[in-house]
Amino acid sequence: MPAVAETIEAVQSVTEGGYKWGFSTDIEMEFAPKGLNEDIVRFISAKKNEPAWLLEWRLKAFAIWQKMETPVWAAVQHPPIDFQDAFYYAAPTNAQKPKSLDEVDPELLKTYAKLGIPLKEQAILAGVEGAGDTPAEGRMPIAVDAVFDSVSVATTFKDRLEKDGIIFCSISEAVHKHPELVREYLGSVVPQADNFYAALNSAVFTDGSFVYIPKGVRCPMELSTYFRINAKGPGLFERTLILADAGSHVSYLEGCTAPQRDENQLHAAVVELVALDDATIKYSTVQNWYPGDAEGKGGIYNFVTKRGACRGARSKISWTQVETGSAITWKYPSCILLGDDSVGEFYSVAITNNRQQADTGTKMFHIGRNTKSTIVSKGISAGRGQNTYRGLVRISPKAVGARNFTQCDSLLIGDQCGAHTVPYIENRCMSAKVEHEATTSRIAEDQLFYCRQRGLTEEEAVGLIVNGFCREVLKELPMEFAVEAQKLLAISLEGSVG
Amino acid sequence: MLKIEGLTAEIDGKTILNGIDLELPTGEVHAIMGPNGSGKSTLSYVLSGREGYEVTGGSVTFNGIDILAMEPEERAATGLFLAFQYPVELPGVGNANFLRTALNAQRRARGEPEVDAMQFLKLARAKMKALNMPEDMLKRGVNVGFSGGEKKRNDVLQMALLEPKLAILDETDSGLDIDALKIVADGVNALRGPAFSALVITHYQRLLNYIVPDRVHVLMGGRITRSGGPELAHELEAQGYGQAAA
Ligand SMILES: Nc1ncnc2c1ncn2[C@@H]1O[C@H](COP(=O)(O)OP(=O)(O)OP(=O)(O)O)[C@@H](O)[C@H]1O
Ligand SMILES: [Mg+2]
Repeated sequence: MPAVAETIEAVQSVTEGGYKWGFSTDIEMEFAPKGLNEDIVRFISAKKNEPAWLLEWRLKAFAIWQKMETPVWAAVQHPPIDFQDAFYYAAPTNAQKPKSLDEVDPELLKTYAKLGIPLKEQAILAGVEGAGDTPAEGRMPIAVDAVFDSVSVATTFKDRLEKDGIIFCSISEAVHKHPELVREYLGSVVPQADNFYAALNSAVFTDGSFVYIPKGVRCPMELSTYFRINAKGPGLFERTLILADAGSHVSYLEGCTAPQRDENQLHAAVVELVALDDATIKYSTVQNWYPGDAEGKGGIYNFVTKRGACRGARSKISWTQVETGSAITWKYPSCILLGDDSVGEFYSVAITNNRQQADTGTKMFHIGRNTKSTIVSKGISAGRGQNTYRGLVRISPKAVGARNFTQCDSLLIGDQCGAHTVPYIENRCMSAKVEHEATTSRIAEDQLFYCRQRGLTEEEAVGLIVNGFCREVLKELPMEFAVEAQKLLAISLEGSVG
Repeated sequence: MLKIEGLTAEIDGKTILNGIDLELPTGEVHAIMGPNGSGKSTLSYVLSGREGYEVTGGSVTFNGIDILAMEPEERAATGLFLAFQYPVELPGVGNANFLRTALNAQRRARGEPEVDAMQFLKLARAKMKALNMPEDMLKRGVNVGFSGGEKKRNDVLQMALLEPKLAILDETDSGLDIDALKIVADGVNALRGPAFSALVITHYQRLLNYIVPDRVHVLMGGRITRSGGPELAHELEAQGYGQAAA
């Protein structure tokens, strides 16, 4: 994110301590009363001035959720979450959607500036032109949708995008301006009843991004949503919907941070992607929620449902994720490969340090003929971190000629951490080909010494070796994002050696 | 000046170095020869600070500074370089990235300005040309899939870029073909000067035809048993350690 290209430096210069995004901002907030019941769902819907069909949809989700049990199958441990002891709505008090950036609370603009994300377009362009040691030529600006706690505060480059017929706005805005699209696709990939946290999200989601790329359009810039949890208490329940019409192409980036707090906060998001014939969606995430302290106090519970449907022939959905933050990550970005010759990809780096736990992976559902999927997962465990890759490759009898390649590599740093690989393969098609490779390794003493002899500190050496281990995944990220991710990997492992 | 006095060291409780005394004046190149297992690599690791090599006695100073108290990276920043007997592979870490990271880490530690990507590339290309290395080696993972000789040459490239004050070359000639041997020797000779010194560990007199040493030492059983001029290497070559070293 060139908008975020200098994030690390910018943030390092304003904060101290292991987690460098741990500041909070003083902004007046409006909260819904604590707890969750039908009235809260109605309150949220009313606050957002939603049409009746959406309120109905939320209430149905809430009814489903009430009958569901918290999932226990993931290899993560946490005390039971009291869903009545949380806020489900928090918004800056002047949440009247600002008409222009000049109306945005200056404190908010400052927060994003601290994170290195200028929300003024001219600032973004200036930032891009002046950035880094590579020439600015040919670099694309990035359009940013900034979501602060529950509310989208700003979306940049809207006008430029509208010229191509591209819609990029908050989902709340889309509900009002493009109800036909939202109504048709919302919940069409992740239904309300999909799982406990998806049902919860469907009932109480507050904001998120909406993207529509029209037929045959190649989105001229990277689209990006930046999530920031700031308020004390509430969870973040955002909902993102991306539609790529036939022959279109879009690359979407997602970044996130949260302040350092002692209590756990819940992040239960849902992301739905739909790709029609010949469309391509590339979805990249650099997740850096507050991971909790070294003893495991505080941190975000990141329980997220992400799924894409390759509905059209030759469509392609590619997930790339770099998961460095959160106390617990529970996340399986998946692809439903319906269209013939459609392609699903999952590239993942997950780091767990100190007491962090990650149970992450993907599901690839091969339904169309000649569908292809590639899974590359790199898990890094340090400290007392626990890292599980959980994956499912399901090939239906009709998926003639389907192919999957899975590679799962684990890297252990120290002897108190754990790495686990749980790959499920369900192949019901004779002509399909499924390959699985897995390795587990440690950073060797001779590698560390070699680097240190050349002048690197032990931490720099670990950072370099870990980045090497993750190279196949990092190279899938858009360039500026990759630079940020590399630094983040090194920072996340601080204190894991020596 | 590198000054080693009464240095003893052990690995896993087993004494390997039995009291080494050696003086390497600044500007000189000394060769160390000795049978397999005599402690040559151990000496190089002790000097560069590898974990697990425990110093049990004696002292080592470089230009008057006690280097045994320093971390390996601090020793590197003061100008100590070790060309490894077995250079290590770093999968996925690009050679260029590694070299630039190392160069800048050392420059930072010395309070010098870092070199940017463009400057570095120019520098690296010039050095590679001198070492007759193909440029695509910059893009490959550090030593990954390199042939034995290529790994050695890659270490010498690192040395050429880092411009150390004290280089320890541990059997850098082993596994090199005749042309590569000359190229590597040229690389070392190019650094020779009043501010550079080197310890060249080798089994073969042949290398010393190209890198002519000021002194030759014989290391046996963890001790320097004999020292002499370049002619000592010829004597060893002709008679073996059994006769010549004692
Ligand atoms: N981890 C270890 N535990 C016990 N002994 C060790 C260990 N590492 C090395 N040694 C022993 O220390 C001695 C010296 O080894 P070193 O590698 O320094 O020899 P060298 O002179 O470099 O030999 P060569 O010419 O074969 O390279 C050998 O006997 C070796 O077996
Ligand atoms: Mg040796």
